[in-house]
Amino acid sequence: MSMHSTAIPATAGSQIHFDKVKRKQRIKNFFKGMLFLLPSIVLFGVFLFYPLVRTIYLSFFLTDAAGNTTVFVNWENYVNLFSSPVFLQSIKSTFLFVLYTVPVTIIIALFLAVIANEKLRGIGLFRTLYSSTMGISVAAASVFWLYLFHPSIGLLNMLLEAAGIDGVGWLTDPAWALIAVSITTIWMNLGFTFLILLGGLQSIDSYLYESADIDGAGYFYKLRRITIPMLSPSLFFVITVTIINAFQTFGQIDILTQGGPVNATNLIVYSIYREAFVNYQFGSASAQAVLLFIIILIMTFLQFKIGERRVHYQ
Amino acid sequence: MTIPITRKIIFYLLLIISSMLVFSPTLMAFVMSFMTNQDIMTGSLPSSLTLDNYVKAFNQFPLLKYLFNSLVVSIVIMLGQLILSSLAAYAFVFLEFKGRDLLFYVFIATMMVPFEASIIPNFHIIRDLGWIDTYPGLTVPFFAMAFGTFLLRQNFKQIPKELREASQIAGMGDFKFYLTVVLPVARTSLVTLGVYGFLTSWNMYLWPLLSTTNDSVRTVQIGLKQLQTQEQLNDWGVIMAGAIIVVIPTLILLFLGQSKLQKGLTEGALK
Repeated sequence: MSMHSTAIPATAGSQIHFDKVKRKQRIKNFFKGMLFLLPSIVLFGVFLFYPLVRTIYLSFFLTDAAGNTTVFVNWENYVNLFSSPVFLQSIKSTFLFVLYTVPVTIIIALFLAVIANEKLRGIGLFRTLYSSTMGISVAAASVFWLYLFHPSIGLLNMLLEAAGIDGVGWLTDPAWALIAVSITTIWMNLGFTFLILLGGLQSIDSYLYESADIDGAGYFYKLRRITIPMLSPSLFFVITVTIINAFQTFGQIDILTQGGPVNATNLIVYSIYREAFVNYQFGSASAQAVLLFIIILIMTFLQFKIGERRVHYQ
Repeated sequence: MTIPITRKIIFYLLLIISSMLVFSPTLMAFVMSFMTNQDIMTGSLPSSLTLDNYVKAFNQFPLLKYLFNSLVVSIVIMLGQLILSSLAAYAFVFLEFKGRDLLFYVFIATMMVPFEASIIPNFHIIRDLGWIDTYPGLTVPFFAMAFGTFLLRQNFKQIPKELREASQIAGMGDFKFYLTVVLPVARTSLVTLGVYGFLTSWNMYLWPLLSTTNDSVRTVQIGLKQLQTQEQLNDWGVIMAGAIIVVIPTLILLFLGQSKLQKGLTEGALK
């Protein structure tokens, strides 16, 4: 630019011409960029942003069974939700479920990733087995555990009875059902979480361990002072993903408990599904969906705030 | 560095015990799918192995149809995601234009909207388009994908900018450069993203449950639910046979692509 203006004494006319070409180029670039982005933008618009706005809109209305708005009710759907024991139970169950599943998933997956990161013969087989649950769909996993939890012929109660302990009504006892669904979910999540954490471990510079070895550091010292801090970006990522996944749980509930017994496992997405597609209360269901959106937004935001301070980036 | 023998033994013990625990539900389902119903009901070890459960599952349910539907849906979603993500990633890496950064933030914002939170209007859109019980209804809503765009963007950034300048001087347009240079260079990432897209689409549950009402395009996951709820006699062998058929394709894909998938997902997630 500067070379241009010093080398050629620009007359007013050529300056205008130059600007015009530049502007034309800019418009051309803009259209080219939009052309590449258009398919994504259109689909995001139709299947993500518009539905989000529409959900918020619907949450202020009563609707007919086809989903058309009938009466504007202002905040009534929200007020009703917060005075409904069923919905409050659903919120409580959802948070309990997050509390049961997230820490346990991370701890077990971290343990598996640490032992599978050793340079031993045949380690590839173990890695494959640990990541296998990632390839198992929610429907199949739920069917596996539906049998395991079966009150009379299920393997878990058979083992308990063989040990002289009374069997548990895993899916029928309100005190156990959420735990049973949590166990299924933890198992399902292990594969993905393990894979990400193993990837994180493998990207740690081996130089760090070598210099710790020279200093004579022990195994657990290295684990605590090198492995965990260097792994914190991966840990941070899997914690976020596992929390968000927990809030979106649906398939396990649909196959294992259908929200029961006495709504003990009626997690929020299942509650939305039932309100909308079984009871056809689209307004009230939309209000729940808006709350789910806000919860996830807050969670993501908090994660980033905390993550910024705590996470050690290489 | 050599590992002391006692430590080696401890690690192998831990590895073997954990892998038995993690893999046992899958292994159990696999064995049960070959057991007679009597053995399952009495809780004994298999006295004989039989293929009857598979024969029954295929005879009583249109499993082949479900499998075919799932295959079509997963492949179409996978291709749609690959095309849209790579186009978008190309724009974010190689093209400079006004509003690009803003659009990038829009893509990030999409990751904060859970599909479940907007499922009600989505269902109505598909219904109004007449897309219930059709392949487009099952696939098109999932084509645009921020995660895939970020993953490919990360990869495209490693392609030297000089390459594009050179191709422009040679008179090669952007689309041709994208097709003939960028895509072949990034094929490892494309495969990773493809495998990931296929796995997640094959395993989708809530959306196919809502947007299919009959067997014409119903996917195998919903078929398995049907099998489980309609199996009156509590015939667990047949149910497990169905479940094994559902997981075999994804398990094979996972076993083949595990190391690539792990590397790709880690890169996309953390940078």
